[in-house]
Amino acid sequence: MVSNRSLLTAKFEDGQLELAAGGSWTAAHANELESLVDGVAEDASRARSVSIDMHGVREFDTFGAWLLERLTRQWSAAGRAASIVGLPEHDRTLLKEMSGVNRSSSAPPASEYGLLVALAAIGRGAAGIGRDLLGFANMFGAIGVAAVRVLTRPRDFRFTSAVHQLDRVCWQAVPIILLITFLIGGIIAQQGIFHFRKFGAELYAVDLVGILILREIGVLIVAIMVAGRSGSSYTAELGSMMMREEIDALRTMGFDPVEVLILPRVLVLIVALPALTFIGCMAALYGGGLVAFLYAGMSPEIYISRLEEAISLTHFKVGMIKAPFMGLVIGVVACTEGLLVKGSAESLGLQTTASVVKSIFLVIVLDGLFAIFFASIGM
Amino acid sequence: MQEKPVISVRDLVVGFGDTIVLDHLSLDVLPGEILGVVGGSGSGKSVLLRTIIGLLPKREGMIEVLGVDLDKADEEERRSLERRWGVLFQQGALFSSLTVRQNVQFPMRENLKLSPRLLDEMALAKLEMVGLTPADADKFPAELSGGMTKRAALARALALDPEIVFLDEPTSGLDPISAGDFDALIKTLQRTLGLTVFMVTHDLESLYTVCDRIAALADGRIVAVGPMATILECKHPWVQTYFQGKRGGVLTGRIGQLVN
Repeated sequence: MVSNRSLLTAKFEDGQLELAAGGSWTAAHANELESLVDGVAEDASRARSVSIDMHGVREFDTFGAWLLERLTRQWSAAGRAASIVGLPEHDRTLLKEMSGVNRSSSAPPASEYGLLVALAAIGRGAAGIGRDLLGFANMFGAIGVAAVRVLTRPRDFRFTSAVHQLDRVCWQAVPIILLITFLIGGIIAQQGIFHFRKFGAELYAVDLVGILILREIGVLIVAIMVAGRSGSSYTAELGSMMMREEIDALRTMGFDPVEVLILPRVLVLIVALPALTFIGCMAALYGGGLVAFLYAGMSPEIYISRLEEAISLTHFKVGMIKAPFMGLVIGVVACTEGLLVKGSAESLGLQTTASVVKSIFLVIVLDGLFAIFFASIGM
Repeated sequence: MQEKPVISVRDLVVGFGDTIVLDHLSLDVLPGEILGVVGGSGSGKSVLLRTIIGLLPKREGMIEVLGVDLDKADEEERRSLERRWGVLFQQGALFSSLTVRQNVQFPMRENLKLSPRLLDEMALAKLEMVGLTPADADKFPAELSGGMTKRAALARALALDPEIVFLDEPTSGLDPISAGDFDALIKTLQRTLGLTVFMVTHDLESLYTVCDRIAALADGRIVAVGPMATILECKHPWVQTYFQGKRGGVLTGRIGQLVN
């Protein structure tokens, strides 16, 4: 390692500053060099003339060249002429190359802090919500138009694509949906039995399981699972197609991306969600029954006959009616976010996260609206 | 030519599954030269480059870069070696979530201890050296044109003042004028910075204008290496077709006229 001293030594004699450089003026020593160079730049203001001898320099690269250039620029700005001696011809060309750079100052855009920025962020956020809703409405409309167009020309419907999506979104999701809803059903039954036991009303835990699962929990769990599983993959797929200009390519060939890519995907979700909800509800009721048998010793006959008394077709219908609408919301949000992806990998990640968060949020809001609606029509 | 080669490849064998792409290939790159590697599509030019820089595993053979045997080098040696070369990938491979300025600063920030001021100045200096303006520095890679992407990627490859630069098809996807400009830029930078350039290309124009030596790759090995004149005398059928074919022939003719 070359010591700091030998990189640059200064000699000050009756108004004459003589500098001797040595060692490696390279990237590896750029940090030490910079402080040395800045040190002598101030000295120069006291000197009448300055000279720098580069004879001792063994290695010289763009970092060294720039620092030398910066030094001479500071001197000439102070009105001192500097002479550089002993620089080999080859390094001189490098220095000359450097003399053209960094002439126009362009600092990175300054970042501001404070109240104004916070307020601006809130404003932008509010505007963003409006833009989101507008975007979803726009996508909903576009899907509607594409659906009507496909209805008039049914042969244009991408049947193969739809079947492929149905396999991925519905069929391949069955095991995980079964497992999760089975566990949730069991947990609800256990909690119900545990708390109702204090009043000697263990049997009512079955009412709890039946109504809760069929009306609310079954469809909600399935919708959240599908939003995380398939909604995110829709966004990522469409997003990477946007990044590689595949969607632009489709457009220029005269295809409507909404009709080709989005309509089959959204339709598949509308079909898949009720199917998965049904499977999920059954698994949850089964899980509840199993826990009732193992935990409270309730025989399956009693569980089933109690269930028959507690639930009606209405409860089942309430859950199933909600399912396709939730599928539609997930599909619209996922596809809208997918088409918003810009060129960067970061934006793909950002939109995928946004897609999952927004679709889960909207699914829950929708569930709340349905609860109000069903209550008011007495279902 | 008694100089010690900067890159020396001996009996290199690389394959995927049952296919052998490079079959006992040997090649030397001399200090301070621009070596152009040509070959048909799928002949293994990029495979050779990627094997030298350690992105692909080799089956047999020896690769020595700047006097370091890559097999024997430990983690530390490899890292310090990787700082001494820069790579320009075919698609630029700029980090899409960073601005151009941050892309160029990335290797500097990771490997050197620099003040923020010097970091900014050096990044802009590198960008101006490759012909970009300070206004481009704060753009994201997605906002750049093809030529600008290549230039920005070259600036990043040059960030640490490497001794060797690997270029993978530097002019592909550029219009002839931009490609010519880019060739000239490589030549200028090579002269001022004293670089050794290993360039994979199938742009005949680049081969004629910037390369000091050319290595022709066919059948998994180097069939000819040397200045243009040597290559033109090569009797290998692929080389003959390539340089004497319709497109090659026009250029060869033109170069012939220039020489006369």
